[in-house]
Amino acid sequence: MSDNNTKLTKEEERLFGDLMPEELNEIIQSGLNRRHFVKLIGLASAGLLTSHLIGAEQLFARAIDMEIEDLPPIAIENGVTVNLKVNSVGKIVLIDSRTTLLDTLRERLRLTGSKKGCDHGQCGACTVILDGNRVLSCLTLAASCEGKSVITIEGLARNNELNPMQSAFLKHDGFQCGFCTPGQICSAVALMKEAKEGQASYVSTNIRETEVGMMLSDDEIAERMSGNICRCGAYPNIVAAIKEAQTGKNIEQTWLFAG
Amino acid sequence: MRPFKFTNTKNSSAAINLLDRNPNASFLAGGTNLLDLMKEDVERPDELIDITRLDLTSISSITRGKNAGGVLIGGLGKNTNAANHQLIRKDFPLLTKAILAGASAQIRNMATNGGNLMQRTRCSYFYDTAMPCNKRSPGSGCSAMEGFNRMHAVFGWSNECVAVYPSDMAVALSAMNANINVMQKEGQIRSIAINDFHRLPGNHPEKDNTLNHGELITSIELPKNNFAAHSAYVKVRDRNSYAFALVSVATGLVLDGNKIVSAHIAMGGVAHKPWRASIAEALLRGKAATLANFRLAAEAEMSHAKPLFHNKFKVGLGANTITAALQLASKGTDAVA
Ligand SMILES: Cc1cc2nc3c(=O)[nH]c(=O)nc-3n(C[C@H](O)[C@H](O)[C@H](O)COP(=O)(O)OP(=O)(O)OC[C@H]3O[C@@H](n4cnc5c(N)ncnc54)[C@H](O)[C@@H]3O)c2cc1C
Ligand code: SF4
Ligand code: FES
Ligand code: FES
Repeated sequence: MSDNNTKLTKEEERLFGDLMPEELNEIIQSGLNRRHFVKLIGLASAGLLTSHLIGAEQLFARAIDMEIEDLPPIAIENGVTVNLKVNSVGKIVLIDSRTTLLDTLRERLRLTGSKKGCDHGQCGACTVILDGNRVLSCLTLAASCEGKSVITIEGLARNNELNPMQSAFLKHDGFQCGFCTPGQICSAVALMKEAKEGQASYVSTNIRETEVGMMLSDDEIAERMSGNICRCGAYPNIVAAIKEAQTGKNIEQTWLFAG
Repeated sequence: MRPFKFTNTKNSSAAINLLDRNPNASFLAGGTNLLDLMKEDVERPDELIDITRLDLTSISSITRGKNAGGVLIGGLGKNTNAANHQLIRKDFPLLTKAILAGASAQIRNMATNGGNLMQRTRCSYFYDTAMPCNKRSPGSGCSAMEGFNRMHAVFGWSNECVAVYPSDMAVALSAMNANINVMQKEGQIRSIAINDFHRLPGNHPEKDNTLNHGELITSIELPKNNFAAHSAYVKVRDRNSYAFALVSVATGLVLDGNKIVSAHIAMGGVAHKPWRASIAEALLRGKAATLANFRLAAEAEMSHAKPLFHNKFKVGLGANTITAALQLASKGTDAVA
């Protein structure tokens, strides 16, 4: 709805001025939005619109092109239409400009694998892979993702076959409660690409030379995965899982069944 | 979060004009600082101009003119790309180290070089809208002055604000005398020396830096230097990774055998801007690169610190960190601690 800045007629200005004086300036500047619309419906059911019938007709005429049926039962302001590829499937969503990528995935596309831990960039539970790179979906505005491709935990398996990183996490018990796991796994999958490219980390000792296809030590894995917090403290198992996925070699589990 | 209008553009002048005409508009780059602050209701823009699609992401050598040998880094390039670019890793590894010491891989993939320079303080009272804070709300008072100020400044603070500036990247840029190129309305370009870019709080802590509303950071220029082989970034924090600095030190040494031709030292976590340790630098010029000289210079620098109630530990920690960084640098950039 970002471009519904149709100028209001004098009639309409008077109508809105009477009905919603607080919102008048906003409506003049950025057009009619869904919150105004919802408020108007409230006024209409209270009978307050009857004396403004002509204006009301125009309102509803405008409201019709808002694709109401596609929206959740919340008010949308400053709507933005975004085209995204999510796990290789094209999606078009109309969202409030404030919506994060995380909320778009979870609330609108019903992909609830990505988790909301802190919503402030501090835990990594919301990690997804955006155009090939791991990012935090809680600090990404969906509106800024036009034309981009997102891979979430739901998109890692291929036809019922788990991604090797998923299998390694299972084998090594790389979790307890599992809340951080989707973020850990997306992060670890992207990490494999970073290592292949020879990206450095704060603990790398060969900063001046780039070594492509590097094999990561435990310290390197810990440093590079530090953006994913695990409150259950499954770290040793996560490191073991990543090592196995990277080397393709069987690595002993750090745990054993009792008895 | 308050409602805002979202606009995006691929054109720098258009972005500048959009920002210029609305005093309540902000540029949106990686969003890692701005969105966080908007969720906290600390930043309240009514319009965001997404600048991530501007063609300002490249990294290139400067081959001609008086700046030849330097490198230009796009203002909208990602921190990860700056840290890992071959030109930077080879000739400016101090920048690589400092960037990689900050945040997490995910955040560095999002954060832009310009946005990193513009990030705001992590003072917890600045984030808490229920508390007085001169930076957030000028004239309301400074809660940290008499409050919990363990993370705060020991240099250059004023009675109005004792916050520190949190960027790691900028500490390295300070030691390297980088220049920040900005574009203004009508396309004029202005270049600001990194050490004049951020401000001390004085009576206007609400102003973090000298960029004006309507100016866009287009690139960062790294002048050629002679300390790529002898540089170090040492960051001390409460946990090993993914935390802001208590104290950090970026240093580069130009050596002639064991003699220090020049030392370049900047500190993070101690002031409202990257703190250039010029007292230590002056003492080291012409001296032998020995542990004793490093310690002497470090202590001389820190003897000018004015700690607050909870951060007296930063004086000793600062001296130790400068000493350790100098020693590492003297051994060589890829030396292990
Ligand atoms: C959990 C967490 C931990 C972190 N840890 C560290 C750390 O240890 N060390 C560290 O250094 N940093 C750390 N950071 C901060 C991070 O580095 C910054 O948030 C990031 O660099 C900001 O860049 P951005 O592109 O996301 O900026 P944005 O959030 O998009 O923008 C920040 C500000 O800069 C302005 N701006 C952006 N680009 C330009 C431009 N080109 N011209 C003019 N103005 C512009 C915006 O309008 C906005 O006001 C951490 C962040 C988080 C969330
Ligand atoms: S130190 Fe600065 S940012 Fe922190 S409360 Fe005081 S005025 Fe605000
Ligand atoms: S939910 Fe995004 S980092 Fe915690
Ligand atoms: S498994 Fe519980 S938070 Fe990591």
